[in-house]
Amino acid sequence: MTLPATVAELVRDFRANGRIVIVGASLAGLRAAEALREEGFTGSLTIIGDEPYEPYDRPPLSKQVLKGWVPADHTKLPRMREVDADWRLGVAATGLDRAAKQVRLADGEQVPYDRLLIATGTRARQWPNPTEAALQGVHTIRSRDDAARLRAALAEPPSRVLVIGAGFIGSEVASVCRELDIPVTVVERGSAPLVGALGGVIGEIAAQMQRDHGVDLRCTLGVSSLEGDSAGHVRRARLSDGTVVDADVVVASLGSIRNVEWLEGSGLAAGFWGVGCDAGGRAFDINGVVTDSIYVAGDVARAPHVLYEYEFLAMEHWDNAVFGAEVAAHNMVNLEPHYRPHLLVPGFWSGQFGVNIKSVGVPPFGDEIVFTQGSVAGRSFAAAYGHRGRIVAAVTFDHGKWLEHYGKLIERSAPFPPPPPGWDRPPDMKPMPAEFPEPGVPTEVPDVVLTGHAPSERTAEFRPRRH
Amino acid sequence: MRIVVDLNRCQGYAQCVYLAHEVFRLSGQEALTYEPNPDDERRLQVERAAVACPVHAIVIDRLEGAERGGAS
Repeated sequence: MTLPATVAELVRDFRANGRIVIVGASLAGLRAAEALREEGFTGSLTIIGDEPYEPYDRPPLSKQVLKGWVPADHTKLPRMREVDADWRLGVAATGLDRAAKQVRLADGEQVPYDRLLIATGTRARQWPNPTEAALQGVHTIRSRDDAARLRAALAEPPSRVLVIGAGFIGSEVASVCRELDIPVTVVERGSAPLVGALGGVIGEIAAQMQRDHGVDLRCTLGVSSLEGDSAGHVRRARLSDGTVVDADVVVASLGSIRNVEWLEGSGLAAGFWGVGCDAGGRAFDINGVVTDSIYVAGDVARAPHVLYEYEFLAMEHWDNAVFGAEVAAHNMVNLEPHYRPHLLVPGFWSGQFGVNIKSVGVPPFGDEIVFTQGSVAGRSFAAAYGHRGRIVAAVTFDHGKWLEHYGKLIERSAPFPPPPPGWDRPPDMKPMPAEFPEPGVPTEVPDVVLTGHAPSERTAEFRPRRH
Repeated sequence: MRIVVDLNRCQGYAQCVYLAHEVFRLSGQEALTYEPNPDDERRLQVERAAVACPVHAIVIDRLEGAERGGAS
């Protein structure tokens, strides 16, 4: 048999009889499983998830679920096809042995794989003081159980809610509180809400929007401590300027932590910003060498992006989970030259205070911003972000129909400021600094992060030169 | 039944709101929220809404009634 024929036979055999394990049973894990079957993989498929629930959608949790319109268990994801998998739900993966090709589970079982997909996502960063975090009434929101607990607390209703951190989740929680007519204080260490994700110019608009809706917004301040009553229920917070806020529900929305601890010692390029992988989802080891059998998708993946100077992007975005999973699944059952790249132009949405905020591209990659359409005063506008004379991102407030137009400009690296669309032009179209905080300034962590060029934060081992 | 709306794709045309206002709602001019697991009696409404969406953002479960796998 010729070599190409042998390789083709191996691929056929793997597709028919191989063993694939997916760690992570949320959006990316589910869509990857469906895509593998769609690709014709008929071997054994095991899906491991630490939560006891079948895959559910998370974006509604901080919106319609908190508001009380939709119960927390009503976000089960629709299925695209049957996956015929062995579901191990409610048991976390705790280790990876790459030499033996096994995933270790919390119950001690070892699950063997031929190919592995890592889709373990992120978890909510807890309030850093564990005693204070354990007070009743202190919440984070990431899972369906979190949302159910916070919804129950909001239904009481509380006398005041304190939101710590004004990123997207914190701002959405504040918005829901105001819709429910619950007094809310938002404390943000940065200069404005959303400043890490969208910069100070947009942050100032978001701040005004919050204040117009009756949010007690306190920026450039931190929370020094949380204090409870004798029954162990949170009652007040002390802020870094010495003032005290009385609140009986506290929501810590301090960004997320990537679930990589279980990969400790595996020798993969796993660290604070996630698991390094190539644009096809193949994981890097700590030396920056691509692996053949391990893939990454979703929030925990961190891959170089051709549009952003090949910096490694970590994206906690819904469509990054969906498309990243489909690309990884395709590449898991194909060989070069049939690999596909995951070249997504990032995009997200956030509904808050009755306004639909959407973005395309990577705003923090830009250093300038220009309003291109609509009216800031009317909170209905589009703005573009630029870097070195090209457009790298755009944001819209209630102008979502235009986002595709900007997405296409970004895809082809069109000049910045972009050619003005012949419609709905604002009076002033002068670029100005976008006012992103300097790296190292504490603020809410944006959900798209440029993480530099190195595949691993860990130090690789360098070989001594041979003499 | 189970649905999900790709809100990256959604542009707020609100056709779904006209056709199934118990399932889809606008918050303000453009921000869509919806009931992801509506009652089965809404199926016809939801299917009409999915067909009417100009950007095909509404995804309906293709496995309804079939064995799904995974705990519920």
